[in-house]
Amino acid sequence: MSKYLLNKFLYTIDRDPGLVERYRDDPRGTVAWWEAEQANVILNCPGAERSTWLKFSDTEREALATHDYPALFALGAHNFLTLTLFIAMFERDYDEPLAFQREYAARLSHWSLPYPDIST
Amino acid sequence: MATVAAVIASTHHPFYYRASTSTGADRPPFADEWVAKIEAFRQTLTRARPDVLVMVGSDHFHQLWLDNMPQFLIGKAPFYDANFYNEEREFGLPRMLLKGQEDLSAYLLREGIDAGFDLAFSNELRIDHSITCPLITLRPEADLPIVPVYTNIFAPPMPRPRRFVELGRTIRQLVEAWPGDQRVAIIGTGHLSLELGGPRQFGPHGPDPEFDRKAVGWIASGDIQSALAQVSLDSLWEPGNATHGFMDFMLMMGVAGENAKADYTDSLDLFHTMEAYFTWYPNGVDAP
Repeated sequence: MSKYLLNKFLYTIDRDPGLVERYRDDPRGTVAWWEAEQANVILNCPGAERSTWLKFSDTEREALATHDYPALFALGAHNFLTLTLFIAMFERDYDEPLAFQREYAARLSHWSLPYPDIST
Repeated sequence: MATVAAVIASTHHPFYYRASTSTGADRPPFADEWVAKIEAFRQTLTRARPDVLVMVGSDHFHQLWLDNMPQFLIGKAPFYDANFYNEEREFGLPRMLLKGQEDLSAYLLREGIDAGFDLAFSNELRIDHSITCPLITLRPEADLPIVPVYTNIFAPPMPRPRRFVELGRTIRQLVEAWPGDQRVAIIGTGHLSLELGGPRQFGPHGPDPEFDRKAVGWIASGDIQSALAQVSLDSLWEPGNATHGFMDFMLMMGVAGENAKADYTDSLDLFHTMEAYFTWYPNGVDAP
């Protein structure tokens, strides 16, 4: 299990407007491309100086590929990263202000404290 | 020696800019009251006539990332670009360019390290809304040079609350010993109870109004001992899963001093999270 890699996916998609749209439109394809090409890029190192060991578990890959943010919460993905990216992708589909954010809360309403550990 | 002209602690609500600049049907019903409170709060900084602003905040996974995460970091650069694409996207925040007070940065780094804080530094730092929000509210001209101080309130493992208070005390002592005659305002922003990406987010109030009531009392009265006795890294999950931002308020309580009663206190109960504003004048202030 790699909470770090889940977070790295959310972080690197969220900061790139093109990738936000790509992930919204083709989640499974974007996750497959990202895991093959981007997962091992060290963000402050040249491309050749990559890591060699980072990959998703099947559960993590499926959660990302299905936009399943309650599953990401359960896996301990960082709450801020998940929320920010999913607002960027889906807030536009709702007519009322904050309607997506409230639905997001409702879909997590079965959780009580303590929440899943987000430590990496 | 420099003068601490004001100590200011505040929440940083990224929706203020959009709420305060929107018009017509887009203007939320609470905007006018919010703007009035902010304009009154802004006067507390204006009256202090600062030359330099030390700005305490926290990067929200913008430039600082989990492959190399500092606990406490001071920017040392002649300029700081500010706000990021995802803050424009979600909050409508403008891009900004801020001047840096590089000699004070160098001084705080050197003296802070010697005082026992192994401070990270950055010579090219892009500032996010934890620092631009208080500039928008308190000094919208953004005309004064700054020293940014970033804390990790976001990515476990984090420093404990006591360490934030201790760093605040040290920043206060160091600024007061800074050679020169500049008037320095020390401004920090954090959160009261806050939930992000969890079941209690975006409710009609903050997720834990009882915590907020206690926290405002601790800050306004400078009751550092009660805050330290009742707040821990573990307990801060309970009022809301993003409430570790309260540790930046605790840092500012350290700056203001033990039992230092705030000269100005205000708050505003909003959806999602409570706003709170505090100003101390350690050396007094001219009448308005």
